[in-house]
Amino acid sequence: MSVRLPRIVDEVVSRPTWPGTLPRPMEPRNIGVDYDTAWTRKPWARALRRVLVDNVTRPFVAVVATPQVFGREHLDPLEGPVIFAANHSSHLDTSIVVACLPERFRRRTVVAAAADYFFDRPWKAALWSLALGTIPMERNKVSRKGADLAASLLTERWNVVIFPEGGRTRDGWGQEFRGGAAYLAKRCDVPVVPVHLRGVRPVFPRGSSTLRRGKVEVRFGDPLRPGQKVASGKEEDARHFAGRIEGAVALLADEAESDWWSARRRAAAGETPAFRGPDASAWRRAWALPASARRTRSVRSKSSAKPW
Amino acid sequence: MSPRPGFVLEVDRSTPPTLFWHGEGFRFEQLPEGSRVVYPPESLDGLADPDAAIRHALEHPVGDSAPLSALLKPEMRLTIAFDDVSLPLPPMRRPDMRQRVVEAVLDAAAAAGVDDVVLIAALALHRRMTDNELRHALGDRVFDAFAPHGLLLQHDAEDPAALVHLGLTEQGEDVEINRRAAESDLLVYVNINLSAMDGGHKSVATGLASYRSLKHHHNVRTLQHSRSLMDRHHSEMHSSNWRMGRLIKNAGVKIFQIESTLNLDMFPSQFSFLQKREWEWSLADRAGFHSTRLALDHTPPRLARQIFQSMLSPYAPTSVQAGEVEAVHDLTLENLHRQQLVAVEGQTDILTMGLPYLSPYNVNSIMNPILVACLGLGYFFNLYRGRPLVREGGVCIISHPTPWAFNPVHHPSYIDFFEQVLADTTDMFEIEKRYEQQFATDPWYIHLYRTSYAYHGVHPLYMWYWCAHALDYLGGVIIVGGDRAAVRRMGFKPASTLADALEMAEDIVGRGPSITHLHAPPLLVADVS
Repeated sequence: MSVRLPRIVDEVVSRPTWPGTLPRPMEPRNIGVDYDTAWTRKPWARALRRVLVDNVTRPFVAVVATPQVFGREHLDPLEGPVIFAANHSSHLDTSIVVACLPERFRRRTVVAAAADYFFDRPWKAALWSLALGTIPMERNKVSRKGADLAASLLTERWNVVIFPEGGRTRDGWGQEFRGGAAYLAKRCDVPVVPVHLRGVRPVFPRGSSTLRRGKVEVRFGDPLRPGQKVASGKEEDARHFAGRIEGAVALLADEAESDWWSARRRAAAGETPAFRGPDASAWRRAWALPASARRTRSVRSKSSAKPW
Repeated sequence: MSPRPGFVLEVDRSTPPTLFWHGEGFRFEQLPEGSRVVYPPESLDGLADPDAAIRHALEHPVGDSAPLSALLKPEMRLTIAFDDVSLPLPPMRRPDMRQRVVEAVLDAAAAAGVDDVVLIAALALHRRMTDNELRHALGDRVFDAFAPHGLLLQHDAEDPAALVHLGLTEQGEDVEINRRAAESDLLVYVNINLSAMDGGHKSVATGLASYRSLKHHHNVRTLQHSRSLMDRHHSEMHSSNWRMGRLIKNAGVKIFQIESTLNLDMFPSQFSFLQKREWEWSLADRAGFHSTRLALDHTPPRLARQIFQSMLSPYAPTSVQAGEVEAVHDLTLENLHRQQLVAVEGQTDILTMGLPYLSPYNVNSIMNPILVACLGLGYFFNLYRGRPLVREGGVCIISHPTPWAFNPVHHPSYIDFFEQVLADTTDMFEIEKRYEQQFATDPWYIHLYRTSYAYHGVHPLYMWYWCAHALDYLGGVIIVGGDRAAVRRMGFKPASTLADALEMAEDIVGRGPSITHLHAPPLLVADVS
């Protein structure tokens, strides 16, 4: 059961968002991509986070999403640091990935989160960076600040969870993987572990404010290392590597919908189903969605959405 | 902090919904990513001492003019003409700028011992002002000193005895203006310049003219070539007025022009959110907006209209200049542009605009469908300099309830025009040819114009012509949230939502159009490069 404020109260209390195309004419601020998360990696904060993750986040995820984890063995040979690159369909994804990581990774992992959503209010920034170890990442404009922070953390042997799509899926199908994870992997020479989350969208879809219990599957894939040679003989660039990461997540998605062997054979034949769905009209894309990605309830219509 | 200039916002996913005026209400619309919104500059600070500024302007005129005090003689005939109820919008709080200026002029006249002074409201073909409206514009002191003695007149464009024909311009345009004004030793014109369209030679050549004179610039061909009405150097209507103004001057009419500009402080403090950018709304602004919207949702339209019509602006004057007409007007334009000009790069496929409850012709009245079209396509569309905001063949999307409602006292001929003429044709040239004479000379309309509070019979046609440039230029007009029958009657397309309107517009301008929203009022003039 959820408690919702009367709409008009919510509209009055919620501060409007700031257009991403406008510079904020403000003094040095501690919000958005500028939010300083260093305090959340201090020993006391890590200890507190450990308590929160073990006693709140994981039980919560277990009750709501009942995750089943596959491919954890791919992580065994890894020592870290590692970049976990996952598909993104729900705000719950962050909690699920963190809850399902082996403990040795979980204790030293940060999650790249949208600066304009998770860090747009001081209280939100403090809450999420403490509870899940989020760090702000700019997704609307080119900014080195988030990338520089993630790179420095990787060099300090922190693992980083990134959702390379840059935002939750709108229609259930995957979106193009941006180059952030690939760029970081190349820059810091760390492996990327593809992660696929199946069945999260029905639990807590975009636009919904209530949870519905469901079963979620989490699949870890073979780690990918940057620097593969391309046809020209040169080392692949970040864009090419991002494509490989997207392909690896697509393979895991196919595996989730069929089985490992069939997915492998389709991959070998270059017939892995498109991660981004068919190139067709909106209704045909919705029609073709696998059941695990369908939204099983209506969300608030646009006309009743709160104005901010 | 000094007021910030206007600017163009590019909408992204973080941009909060944009406020659209929607008659006596508002819409909150999420514009597509990549759209542009043109925001007006912030309001400039008003003059610290307006009365001192007025006195200074009267004694230090610009152009070829002596100070006012030197022009005043005891035995002279002095006429003071002033703008009517159509300016400013919304009406300003007392003291109105006209009151301040007229009082200063009368102080000077009293000091000079001038006995023969008459005040004339420059109505042109507008409705007469009520006593309350005159009292509000001029103040109690002026009204009580002049009205009881029959010295506060309203221009009557249909009284042959009160008009004088001064001649023809080089292009054969009749110049016929108010006799008292023309035969006075000095005509002082007191102008409030809310937009660049007002003032200059238009004040006398239009405000004090007859239909015989007005028809030379209020016609389809002229208005189609007024590009824009806010840019007098490219406005055929202004060129005509300037020719007439020079003829009036050459005919020996001595005019002392006083023009004043206002800042953009248009709305009282409880509506301060209307002058702020949405992402900068404070808690008080949000509370004000949402409670207003909630209250309006449950308010009968008639009551909502009364509430909005009773709103008075806390405008402050930003400049006053007096003297020779053209020199004064050039200064006025500079001051107006300082407040209203916004640089915009390039045109757009679709122009959106939200229209408020008020146009120059429905003060204390109903904004009927013709006035909606006039405000959107005649005024807002023309808020540009250089090139229109929208490209040729583009689409204009207007948000307004556009009710099929008319004020029978103020707009009697509008009803007949809407019910009969527009049902027959919306083609302006056809209307001009077949109907203009009939409406202009109808004795009942003339009677109502002269004795009641009705706009002249031909006025609805002129308002329709006012859209000439826009309708000649645009590929389509869509009205969001309007009365469907009323919208269709005018030949426009109705849409329930902005999203629907944008979809419909794509049929005209093609897929993936560029969109620009004109965030007005407060007023702005887009300087489109």
